[in-house]
Amino acid sequence: MIIKCPWCGPRDSSEFVYQGEGGRTRPDQSSTDQSAWNAYVYDRVNTAGDHDEIWQHSGGCRSHLKIIRNTVTHKVLSVVFACDTQDQEKPA
Amino acid sequence: MREYSAYTLLKNALTGNRDWKQAWRKAEPRPHYDVIVIGGGGHGLSTAYYLAKEHGITNVAVLEKGYLGSGNVGRNTTAVRSNYLLPENHRFYEHSMDLWENLSHDLNYNVMFSQRGCLNLAHTPGQLDEYIRRGNALRHSGIDSELMTVKQIKRLVPALDVSGSARFPIIGGVMQWSAGTARHDAVAWGYARGADRRGVDIVENCEVTGFLRDGDRVTGVTTTRGEIRAGKIAVAVAGSTGSVMKLAGIETLPIESQVLQAFVSESLKPILNTVLTFGMGHFYASQSDKGGLVYGGALDGYNSYAQRGSLPLVEEVHSEMLALFPSLASVRMLRSWGGLCDMSMDGSPIITTGPLPGMYLNCGWNYGGFKATPASGWCFAWTIARDEPHALNAPFTLDRFHRGILIDDKGMGATPNLH
Repeated sequence: MIIKCPWCGPRDSSEFVYQGEGGRTRPDQSSTDQSAWNAYVYDRVNTAGDHDEIWQHSGGCRSHLKIIRNTVTHKVLSVVFACDTQDQEKPA
Repeated sequence: MREYSAYTLLKNALTGNRDWKQAWRKAEPRPHYDVIVIGGGGHGLSTAYYLAKEHGITNVAVLEKGYLGSGNVGRNTTAVRSNYLLPENHRFYEHSMDLWENLSHDLNYNVMFSQRGCLNLAHTPGQLDEYIRRGNALRHSGIDSELMTVKQIKRLVPALDVSGSARFPIIGGVMQWSAGTARHDAVAWGYARGADRRGVDIVENCEVTGFLRDGDRVTGVTTTRGEIRAGKIAVAVAGSTGSVMKLAGIETLPIESQVLQAFVSESLKPILNTVLTFGMGHFYASQSDKGGLVYGGALDGYNSYAQRGSLPLVEEVHSEMLALFPSLASVRMLRSWGGLCDMSMDGSPIITTGPLPGMYLNCGWNYGGFKATPASGWCFAWTIARDEPHALNAPFTLDRFHRGILIDDKGMGATPNLH
């Protein structure tokens, strides 16, 4: 499996570390909603098909990447820096 | 039922093997059953078998999307053991071990269960301490576990590199002598035959495409072979749990499907007479009766429904193999394949009623489902028949993640690719 890092170019997947599903949103730090925290930690969509996920290029530029990859064919459809995606919290 | 015996074997050998009965019928699906079991793998078939045998529920259909034994029951590396740390796992897997020990007689089908032991190698003092802790926990629950010295290990497996100059020197190990291997295809066929003889319909090439609902209640399934209704619908589909449960409107579960690869080498003279695990990485091996080494390693480490793995893992597994057995460097790999593991968030399974009325769920087997096959079916059948879990599977609920009562044997947390 080849992942095209936006910084380093196409690299073998063994250079990257998988960090899990990408669609999960961490509740606000001050949230006391136990079920929201539990859902964030334990529940997964586990899609068969195009899947949102976060990887880190740990053997390269160390960027965190948001990837859409097909879990049935292993085809990587899109790779962008995780910090460029909309659901990333912007510092105040 | 007892049609396989020395007498029938001899009689058929002398008369051209024309008198054998088909192991199971090619059943056509009927419109209504008491229980539908989705998934004709080891767990689904053993569930159907124990529903019929223990609870007298024989109006049962097992629906399998492919051919019988095409999923994980035919893809695993056949190891059977119960050497866990936590008491919930001890009780459950030891019950499985009890069923394994009598399984060939019970099914009248030789599952070739061979209690050749399972040896975990230790390479650091800290690891050995952890093994001693686990061994003591096992002995406390009445399960056999024995610490082995390097000298004893070398006597048992002479081919191992136990020299101090090995990349990861072996400093000891912990052995469960009652562990071993079984022939996985025979387990599937034996349970299928046993269930079929008791009246269960095993319907192959029948993929579930949706659920029939009456309000919240699940009342049947739509399949590639038509609609089938049932009072109770049990799901035992391992790596496909996510996609099947989505058909019922369950969007999230504490499960990730990941791919695990397995390998077989060309046939060798006897070299390994136990199930062996490497302690400094993920590697385990045993030798089949045909002589091939059956071995595997870690998950590929990302979500996958592909039933095939990638090459970096192939290289890693073989480098670990050679770290233990330098003498195998010129042995060729014969075959490799992948299976879908339903990795749960605490590394333990889920056998429960629900999550919808009329539905029962069996999943979360990580990469340890084969050894659990008898107890999983036994407990799931109990849960389906009585609408409540048996004491053995009562801890394995779906809501334990949200209630904070996890059964995390390795203490890894919600990181499925590390269990």
